[in-house]
Formats: sequence, C-alpha cells, structure tokens
Amino acid sequence: MAENMRQMNIEGPDEAVEHSSRLLHQTVIEPSKRLFYLNLRGIWECRELLFFLAWRDLKARYAQTTIGFAWAIVQPLAMMLVFTVVFSNFAKLPSDGVPYPLFVYAALLPWGYFSKSLDRSSFSIVVESNLISKVYFPRIIVPISATFVGLVDFAIAFLLLLMMMAFYGVMPSWEALFIPMFLLLIVMISLAVSLWLAALFVRFRDIGAAMPLVTQMWMFATPVVYPASLVPEQWRWLYYLNPLVGVIEGFRWALLKAPPPGLERIAVTVVFVIGLLLLGMSYFNRMERKFVDVI
Amino acid sequence: MSDVRIRAENLSKKYMISVNKDDGSGSLAERLNDAAKSLVRLRSPFGKQNLVKEELWPVKNVSFEIRTGEVVGIIGRNGAGKSTLLKILSRITDPTSGRAQIFGRIGTLLEVGTGFHPELTGRDNIYLSGIILGMKKAEISRKFDEIVEFAGIDKFIDTPVKRYSSGMYVRLAFAVGAHLEPEILIVDEVLAVGDSQFQKKCLDKMEDIGEHGRTVLFVSHNLQAITRLCKRVICLDNGKVIADGPANQVVSTCMSVGAPSRGFKEWTDLSTAPGDDVARLRAVRVKTIDGRIADVIDIRQTFAIEFEIEVLQPGWVLTPKIELYSDTRECIFESFDLDPDWRRRPRPVGRYVSRGWIPGNLLSERAHVMNARCVSIDPYRVMFKVQDVLGFRVVDSPTGDSARGDFMGDMLGLVRPMLKWTTEFVPRQEGANIKRGAAGTVS
Repeated sequence: MAENMRQMNIEGPDEAVEHSSRLLHQTVIEPSKRLFYLNLRGIWECRELLFFLAWRDLKARYAQTTIGFAWAIVQPLAMMLVFTVVFSNFAKLPSDGVPYPLFVYAALLPWGYFSKSLDRSSFSIVVESNLISKVYFPRIIVPISATFVGLVDFAIAFLLLLMMMAFYGVMPSWEALFIPMFLLLIVMISLAVSLWLAALFVRFRDIGAAMPLVTQMWMFATPVVYPASLVPEQWRWLYYLNPLVGVIEGFRWALLKAPPPGLERIAVTVVFVIGLLLLGMSYFNRMERKFVDVI
Repeated sequence: MSDVRIRAENLSKKYMISVNKDDGSGSLAERLNDAAKSLVRLRSPFGKQNLVKEELWPVKNVSFEIRTGEVVGIIGRNGAGKSTLLKILSRITDPTSGRAQIFGRIGTLLEVGTGFHPELTGRDNIYLSGIILGMKKAEISRKFDEIVEFAGIDKFIDTPVKRYSSGMYVRLAFAVGAHLEPEILIVDEVLAVGDSQFQKKCLDKMEDIGEHGRTVLFVSHNLQAITRLCKRVICLDNGKVIADGPANQVVSTCMSVGAPSRGFKEWTDLSTAPGDDVARLRAVRVKTIDGRIADVIDIRQTFAIEFEIEVLQPGWVLTPKIELYSDTRECIFESFDLDPDWRRRPRPVGRYVSRGWIPGNLLSERAHVMNARCVSIDPYRVMFKVQDVLGFRVVDSPTGDSARGDFMGDMLGLVRPMLKWTTEFVPRQEGANIKRGAAGTVS
C-alpha cells in the first residue's frame, strides 16, 4: 500500500514532465558561426528586462540629486544661452528667420539626445560587465536600454521647448505631425552608432579616449549652431553624408517652419541608417559571446 | 524518466595566453609600447618571434547527460573548470568547440544578488533582480510576499539596499534567486553565504526545488551540501571529467586526489620553515603510542600529533592547534594545546615538542587531512598556518573489539566512538508492561 503510494507519487509528475518536454524550447550551445544574426525574437522576449534596466538607470541616476529630473532641462538650457551669446550676438550667425534661442534649442534636443546616448551606450557593456558575466540575456538589451533612457530627458526638455515656442509666438502646424518620425530616426541613428561603438569599446578601450573629441567635432559638422544653408553648395553632398543633418533640419522644419530638408536627402538618410543599424545589430550579436572573455 | 535535459558533447573552451601579453586585446598604446620595446631590444617591432602563445583549456572534452529531476553536483579543485563549464551551459560564454543541447528554460544563479543596485529599495531590487534572472514581472508580483517573508526583511522593504546589513542583503538576494522556477537551475557556490541558520533554509529550499522534478546543476565547495542535495556528482580536474557517479563515491575518490598521505613533514632549513620571527614550525608528525611515525593508524589505538616548534623571540604565549579534516573536507575537530605548564606562560627561546593525543575509537575509518596552526591568543596573532600538512588513514580491523563489533559492512559517520551501552533485562510481568508496549506501537 505504502509502496504503491510512493510509486504513484513518483510517476505522476514525471509523466507530466515527459509530455511537456516535447513542447520545451531547445537551446543549442555551440561555437557561433552565423554571420548575420539580428536576434529579434530574443530582444522581444526580454522586453521587460529592457524596460527595467532603463527604469533602474533613471531611478538610480536621480536618487541622490536634489533637483532630480530638472537636470534634464538645465543642460540644454545652459548650452542654449551660451550659444546664443557667442554665435548669435557675437558671431551674428543667421538662423533661417527663426529666433536664435529657439533655433539652437530645437537642435540641441536631438543633438543632446544623440551625444548622451552615444556616451551611455558605448560604455554600457563595460559598465555592466559584472552583470553580463553572471547571467545570460541578449547583450544587445544593454545598449538599447541605454538609448531609451535618454528619451525621458528628451521628453522633459521638449516641454520647455513648447513653452519657449509659446513665448516667441511660434505656433506648430501640420508639420508637427512629422516629429515622431524624426524622433524615431534619431533613436535609430543613436542606436546604430552606439552598437558599433559598444562592441568595439569592449576590445579597444582607445574609443573611450577618442569619444569626447569625436562628438565635439561631430557637433560642428551638424547644423546645431548654424543653418545648413551656410554650407557651400559644392560641399553639400559630403555634408549630407552625416545622417544627423537631415534629422536636425527635419526637427526645425517640423517645429519652427524652417526650410524643409529635401525629401530625397531624408530618404537617403533613412536607407543609410537602416543599413547601419542592421549591420550594427548583427556585428554586436556576433561579438557578444566573446564579451565575457575579453572584458 | 529517460528524458534528457542537458546533453553536453565534447564541450571545450580555450583561452590563448601569451607571455608577451599581446593577445590582440591590448589598447593601441600597449601595442605601440610593445613595439617600441622590441625596437630598443633590436628586434623587429612587429615581428612574431618573441610571442609565446600558450593555450589554456579550462574545459576540455566534457561530455555528460543530465535527465529530468536529477540534482547533479559538480566538484573539483579551484581552477578545475567548474565555473567555466557552468558559464558555457548558461550561455554566458561561448564554447570553443563541442556542443550542448538544453531542453527547457534555464535559470542561472552564479552570484548572490545579480543585478542588485545599491541605490534602489528592496522592493525595486526584487523586481529588477528577478527580471534579470529571467522571471516575468507578473510572476514576481505573485511571489513577492513569499520572497519578502523568506528573506525576513519586511520592515526594510522600502529602504535602499545600500543601508542593509550584509546579512540582510544576502538574505534578500538569495530569496529572489530561490524563487526562480525554471525547468533547469544552474547554481554556483551561492550557498556559502549568510549565517548557518539561513544556509540551512537555503539548502532546504534547494532540496525542495530538486524534489519538484526540476533539474539542478550545482557547484559548491561545501561537500556536505553536495552530498546532501545530489545523488550524482561529476568531478572535474584540469578541465576534464575524472569521475561521474553516485555522490558519496565520487566525493571521496575525487577529494582524496592530491590530498597528502604522509605521516610527517619536516623543515630542515629554518629560514624557509613556516612561521614568522616569533616562532617557526620545524616538524609535524603522526606518532603511534610506541613512538613510530605512521600514516596508517589502527582505529582502536591512541596516537599523537606531534609539533616541533622553534621559538625565536621570547615573551609570547603560544598555542599550537590541530585542525583535523575528513577526506571529504569536513572539519572533524579543532584542538588547542592546553598543556597547563605552558598554557598561559610566555615561552623562552628554544625548541618545543608538543603532542596532542587523539584517543582510540574516536575517528572513523577513512583518510584524514590535517592543518597545523600556531597562534597567540592575546594579542591575537597567527605564527603559522600550514594546510594539508599531514595525511593519514584510519583503519579498522574485523577482530570484534572495535566500535563496529561484529558488523562487517560500511559504517557511516565522521566519528566512530565506542559508546558505553547498557541493557536492562526486564523480566516479564502480567498487565502493565504489555499495555505500555501496545501504546508504543500505536504512536
């Protein structure tokens, strides 16, 4: 009697397990050979992790500051003041007929988002080295979440932009509907560049030293403090290789009715960015299984 | 029953270590520096002749199968490849060759508090760590109260964990891990934390997990935990599987690999002998009652552990100490020298021979390993500590006058004392005694 009971107890759950095992998902671990691998399914399965990492960064970042999220406004605001004094009052740069503070602030939002995302994501893998050496998840989650964190700052700074527009009496019209598109584009550019840098930085720490210099130069190669129309006609083709040019012009056009960026330029930018992003994801995923060995 | 959860086939992992430190991962400056140095030494700056690359295989050709519901322990010395193997199986690092198939959801616990952030509260960290370890948010919400209760920190749940005591931190961190419910759980050395009461709670929890038909792969240096939790143990050495089988058997064969079997150890050169400027160890010996050095001891015989110590600086109260371990590395006892002549008396310079007498019928039949230590209690100072300094085997003889009596099978236990047994004969009476006997069987 007692023995029967025990046998039943043993067999019961085992049978259940055997049935379910046919449905179990199988993981194969072997040296990876795939050249092109996006792992979109893996990213989707880890969407909660993506959200929580971003949430952790935000919460931890402002946990010990006094003014908290106000810092998201202070930085672009201060830059705007400095640039207005230097480039508008002293250097007398034109601004496409838009009040200069508004002109530069509208560009500082996407630019600031881009440069901060680059900063955070490129170092993200090394910063999280402790985490990634202890538990597996698609590593690409880390730079992606670092890119998403900046969106909160962007949103806060954007509110100030709306207030400034009201102050200067600039009313948005139908063009404003394109803002989400340009926002998506800047997120994609940031992510594409970040993925490359994050994967390379694990191996070549020189990138850390070069980064501030490169971002600074990149800013002056982007129409942040001046309008793109200032660039001589014969160099425009080269200038537009910088994908940020179209995006920033786009923001100004959608918000402030500055001259529109050419449609074909935007199209080229979109294609270029999608290509860079897909290759970046693939390169990152190819490198990710070596991270732990190299860090 | 025959349903495989983990199948590893010839898993290997290689690292390239080069003497020049040039493995292609150095920064540009390091590489240029190396090149410059070679120039100075009149070698070709980018040449390869001074590169000595060495291959290191932390895991080599490891194969095994683990079935549903098995709880398997992995043991081996430091650097045997245990952690690398777990990292390969949990996909943290890639194997260089070979292949493993895993059927089911894997959870990994390689560290206590994976993903914890000091600035966040206990509540936030439960969610964060849980999600990082692979739980779903809804699952965590469901188990939240259980986790808090397990950790016993309900009052501090909204306090940032940086304010926690280390004990609280570890309890909360483990509580999150213990509530992972994957089909396969991979655990590395995380039980070696917390106080003993909490450790016991963790062990119980792990046992529970195993009993629920989940597959567990478990690395620990705590062999008691391994033998308690696992029926099967795999032993690694130099990256290879050297034993795979029933836990007790593998633990005792595997752990005696490399354990010394010698009845004495002497240092003739005082300058290299263990110790400091106060005292140095000249020799340690296992001695039988008739004064012979031995590495095999009869279980019934009293024998001595002998310390020969050279005191170089006067004025210290010295206490030699024996730390005796079983072949499975469980501590059997520690013993301080309590000789009343020298117990609280500063020792003049000179040579001392101390013997600790271990009575017969105390230890059990097995190999033993000993650490020798000498301390001063007040002020506390360790003069020397030599691990695994001696190894000896205790043997029993089937003559009937040892603790095993006439029993010839294997006996369990770390000690085998000869207890005094007394038996009373109660002559049969009517009534009362029969009733008592009946009550006994009912309960």
